Amino acid sequence: MIGAVAIGLAGGLVAGLLGVGGGVVFVPGLVLALGLGQHQAEATSLLAIVPVAIVGSYRQDRYGNVRRADALLLGALSLAGAAAGVVLANALSGTFLRDAFAALIVVVAAQLTRRALRRSPDVGAATPPP
Amino acid sequence: MLELAAIGTLAGLFSGLFGVGGGSVVVPLLVLWLGYGERAATATSLAAIVFIAGFAAAVQGAYGNVRVLDAALIGVPAVAGVLAGTWLQQRLRSRAIALLFAAVLAASAVELVIR
Repeated sequence: MIGAVAIGLAGGLVAGLLGVGGGVVFVPGLVLALGLGQHQAEATSLLAIVPVAIVGSYRQDRYGNVRRADALLLGALSLAGAAAGVVLANALSGTFLRDAFAALIVVVAAQLTRRALRRSPDVGAATPPP
Repeated sequence: MLELAAIGTLAGLFSGLFGVGGGSVVVPLLVLWLGYGERAATATSLAAIVFIAGFAAAVQGAYGNVRVLDAALIGVPAVAGVLAGTWLQQRLRSRAIALLFAAVLAASAVELVIR
């Protein structure tokens, strides 16, 4: 239980600070700290992302940053892809999915590194919180 | 409309396959294809993620993979974490944190593969 709370705090903190996070922290945290299988970790991460995205987008909307019509359309048009992605994930073995996920977070780490090295150290993250 | 359909489909696939929000797909494509500024792209992406992750979680639920209690134990503190992170972002140099986090991610990748 403490492990799950720590994963949540860490994922949220990183998301707020760097604009990258949530699932990228939740999934490996659930696998490595709580011992979930890759499929369960991904599924649980998806549900945990929902409250974060609700609160984050509510705050962003109050600043007038959300283009509501596009967001709704984007959400609606993503549902088929999301279902297909989940079906595909469940058709793959946990080991394969876990290795693919490892490759994904290496790419995210490389992007973060490149962005951080390009930016002046005095300037905060260029992106608003997630 | 066509661009939004393409972005949505890609983001949905990515989110469903990897269990992440899909913002790293949506944000750059909104900027590149639709000329969004970074702020509007991130905000609009977040709002879309509510639907993307919510629906993908529901489909995963049908497979019996969702651990609802763990999701709540993670998701609720994560909201507090985001608020704290946003506050800190105004006050900290984020470069060192970005590099540290990148190192943690790389180490996690190694750990995942050798496990």
